[in-house]
Amino acid sequence: MIAALIAEIKPNSTWYLVLAALLFAIGTLGVMVRRNALVLFMCIELMLNAVNLSFVALAKEMDDINGQAVVFFVLVVAAAEVVIGLGIVVAIMRKRVSASVDDLAELKG
Amino acid sequence: MIATLAAVAPWKAPTIDYHALLPEIILAVGLVVVLLVDLFLEERGKWLLSSLASFSFLGAFVPVVTLALSDSGARSMFDGRFVVDDFSLVLKGLFILVGYVVVLLSTTYVEEGDYYRGEYWVMMLTSVLGMVMMASSRDLVSIFVALEFLSIPAYMLAAWRKRDSRSNEAGAKYFLLGVFASAVMLYGMSLVYGATGSTLLVDIGASLDDSRMTSVRVLGIVFIVIGFAFKVSAVPFHTWAPDTYEGAPTPVTAFLSVASKAAGFVALVTLLYIAFPLASDVWQPMIWVLAALTMTVGNVIALKQTNIVRMLAYSSISQGGFILMPLAVAGTNDSAQSVLRAVVVYLIAYAVTNLGVFGIILAVSRKTRSGEIASFGGLFSYAPGLAALMTIFMASLAGIPPFGGWFGKFAAFQSLLSAGGGWAYTLAVIGAVNSVVAFGYYGNVLREMWMRPAPDGDESPINAPSPLVLALGITTIGTLLVGILPGLVTHFGDLASLTGAFGG
Repeated sequence: MIAALIAEIKPNSTWYLVLAALLFAIGTLGVMVRRNALVLFMCIELMLNAVNLSFVALAKEMDDINGQAVVFFVLVVAAAEVVIGLGIVVAIMRKRVSASVDDLAELKG
Repeated sequence: MIATLAAVAPWKAPTIDYHALLPEIILAVGLVVVLLVDLFLEERGKWLLSSLASFSFLGAFVPVVTLALSDSGARSMFDGRFVVDDFSLVLKGLFILVGYVVVLLSTTYVEEGDYYRGEYWVMMLTSVLGMVMMASSRDLVSIFVALEFLSIPAYMLAAWRKRDSRSNEAGAKYFLLGVFASAVMLYGMSLVYGATGSTLLVDIGASLDDSRMTSVRVLGIVFIVIGFAFKVSAVPFHTWAPDTYEGAPTPVTAFLSVASKAAGFVALVTLLYIAFPLASDVWQPMIWVLAALTMTVGNVIALKQTNIVRMLAYSSISQGGFILMPLAVAGTNDSAQSVLRAVVVYLIAYAVTNLGVFGIILAVSRKTRSGEIASFGGLFSYAPGLAALMTIFMASLAGIPPFGGWFGKFAAFQSLLSAGGGWAYTLAVIGAVNSVVAFGYYGNVLREMWMRPAPDGDESPINAPSPLVLALGITTIGTLLVGILPGLVTHFGDLASLTGAFGG
């Protein structure tokens, strides 16, 4: 019976938009709460992928190719960003033991 | 499979106006040349790279002038996604000029530092290329790509002194918050795309009125404005700016506080004027709050700073508030033109003045090796020329006539008052109070220079290298020109008509 119910469910683009909004919210929350620089990266990547999902779902809904094309740009830019970010983290890790952003507190005032 | 694809969609090559693309092409060629020449240069020949970089900037300035002089009007490419109009030309000219001055400021700094030189110039050229593209972008995707194009090299420049933990920290903070802001902005873009079905700004502008999925429309605009508020370091999204400015190499700080901020404003203006004119009820109150907070908080924290770069970071935050201020009334057709002029004039005046201030800081810190405001003590007695120039720049930042910053503030207040209405007047009053408060910290530097004795009684003269002197000359002339002959710059501001703004 449950199988029959599940078969009834037809995911439409609203589902994907809600999923995208949830992923984006989780990513944002992660950036606010987590303190490890690498985990912060992962949260930001999650936000960017939520954006991709949102663009694709909207493009499918409107039957428009432009929204899907955006995703390629976002993917490429995200890859470039990860390279730079990891480079900076490695430069920091050479002098410190941890990658916690709380240790980055030399500059303040 | 290729045959099927070809049959489905016959591909038509877009017509490309190479003259309009020439500034970008010259910068791109310049950065590739610098990158390749760097490979084959011996260590002692590396000075050549800074000359190559500065010639690339000068070369890119030529087509901007010829484009401005040609009468063909706005040139539009790729279905209106890349537009070269007077607005973009004025700002392209500004970005390229700022790039040139920053090369002059950095030359000695980079030569004397023990770090990679070729890459520094490549990053600088790439970032300016992104800014120049940003001025012409008229599509959500190209705005996003231009924004990353200018930001990613800037992250690396901020962390450029990689063996210095303060520089690392500056880069890490700038990077994390910058990427976070990009993600927020992109999510806003996806929502705006969902509400309008297009990524082209003109199409969005035509259809983004009240009738379109209200909550999605509001959220999309709010997210996009927040994304750019990070970029222009508007309070409460400013926390990265002071740390990044203090930790980054000083010439890079000059570059970030002027060019990167101006690029953020350019994109914000383009979006507000072309994409969101029918939604001014959403963004006007938001910009109002951001402007009021940015001016006030930036000023108040700047008052208690003892490090000059950090003080300038907060000063630059507060100046950003003044640039945001007229945008809070940009939503009506009557005031739109005067607001655009005010923003452009303010950006030009702020850019030349702030670069001049950083030139002086670089010159003075060559002798004192310190970033404290107290290290400026006695400057007048041993370097009267530098002290006089610093006085001009500080007066300009504070908004004292007849210097550039004064005219920028004047134009901003004028556009607010001519727009009228209680909200505009309240914001003008907040702005006026803040310009008075700003005298506190700008005056503090002047007092150190003119009245205090030199720390440790060291009065040996400052030996400023010639590129730095040239940069100071350019910025001084710029600052005086904007203030004394404002007609020249308002002329640019009037010219700066933004094609497609408010459906026009």
